[in-house]
Amino acid sequence: MEFKDYYLVMGVEKSATPEDIKRAHRKLARKYHPDVSKEKDAEARFKELAEAYDVLKDPEKRSAYDRLGANYQAGQDFQPPPDWANEQRNQAGQGGYSPGFDTGDGQDHSAFFDSLFRGMGGRGRGQGGSQRSHEAFDMHGQDQHAKIQIEIEDSYNGATRTLQLRVQVEESDGRTRLDNRTIEFVIPKGIRAGQHIRLAAQGAPGIGKGSPGDLYLDVEMLPHPLYRTDGFDVLMDLPIAPWEAALGAEVIAPTPTGQVEIKIPAGSVANRKLRVKGRGLPARTASKMPGDFYYVLKIVQPPAGSEAEKKAYTEMQSAFSTFKPRAAIEALEEALAAH
Amino acid sequence: MQPNFIIITPQQATSFVVEDITELTLEDLCRACNAPSDAIVELVSEGVIEVASFEQNAPQISWRFTGTHLYRAKVAMRLHRDLGVNFAGAALALQLMDELQTAKAQLQQGAI
Repeated sequence: MEFKDYYLVMGVEKSATPEDIKRAHRKLARKYHPDVSKEKDAEARFKELAEAYDVLKDPEKRSAYDRLGANYQAGQDFQPPPDWANEQRNQAGQGGYSPGFDTGDGQDHSAFFDSLFRGMGGRGRGQGGSQRSHEAFDMHGQDQHAKIQIEIEDSYNGATRTLQLRVQVEESDGRTRLDNRTIEFVIPKGIRAGQHIRLAAQGAPGIGKGSPGDLYLDVEMLPHPLYRTDGFDVLMDLPIAPWEAALGAEVIAPTPTGQVEIKIPAGSVANRKLRVKGRGLPARTASKMPGDFYYVLKIVQPPAGSEAEKKAYTEMQSAFSTFKPRAAIEALEEALAAH
Repeated sequence: MQPNFIIITPQQATSFVVEDITELTLEDLCRACNAPSDAIVELVSEGVIEVASFEQNAPQISWRFTGTHLYRAKVAMRLHRDLGVNFAGAALALQLMDELQTAKAQLQQGAI
């Protein structure tokens, strides 16, 4: 396993005071908190930070870590010395109770952390330090969080996804190891960006008889080349020719649930929205209405390449001789000048 | 030896959309957020979460919340626990995050 340099993680010197460490923790915690951070690896960084702070804020753990870490660099291959657990027992176990550290129960720490501060003397997580007794206790497992990205079609049709989870498993000798678990779950039809899927009992394991926590998935919608969502509504830009906008037209256009024939009313202007009722994201529950689908009209201008095309534009120019495209600007300038 | 963890390895997990949930009681919120009722009551008074419905004569027992508020309460509790902000600070953070979300959505719609 790799040696973790907790000072490096927290960006502090080895000589840092407890105040320095607290300050660094606050600052980095705000930066990497998964609920507020925009950083891609926020979740992992935040966990790493929590683990580093867990060790460095506690004088007992920090001095144990310092004694051990003097000869190691970050990323270097690391094995705890064979007498490590006994040594810690002598350091901590003066009063005849079980030695060990408060391991910040329920936290999801690295194998490196576990090898140093957990499972000493073959005991498992949650029975160290703060308990300091052989009494078993029960605790509900922590909820965990992850982001999932879905396609817009997943919301229209529903979908099945698999997810790889890293879970802590306890061996018969009391040591913990990380294991991969694959779970399959359904992306419910009609889910939209910003909603959350809860997978019951897929969070961190409980301790003792405590039930496991839940896994919450934060739903993000991947950008689609044609469609975008606004809540339950779905929008698409529809390019039309100037004469289609002016004279009206009937065009065939796609929706995620198939093509529709759409009537563009005469005299339509750019950015006008045409609604196709009920063709947005499906309703989540029977009592709710499905979203709507909107075409946003975008007027595209044909190039004046050939002589005939140029002639058409010239004819247009003479037909619209009173049309002033910059009338609004001119009016503003006049108003400003009058001041 | 009795394992200390409950080890579960199901292949299938049941999905539940948090925002679909209605009729949550104060007790449900406390359990889901792992927080005392005082904390939830404070979140209500700070405006972090709203009571969806209540009865005139039996306020707190009759409070009902929705899944949206459950999630907000969880975020507020995490900010409080992990960053040391008080509930007023968490309320401000959530409000700013909402505004950021709205602005981003508007940007995507080409509205601004």
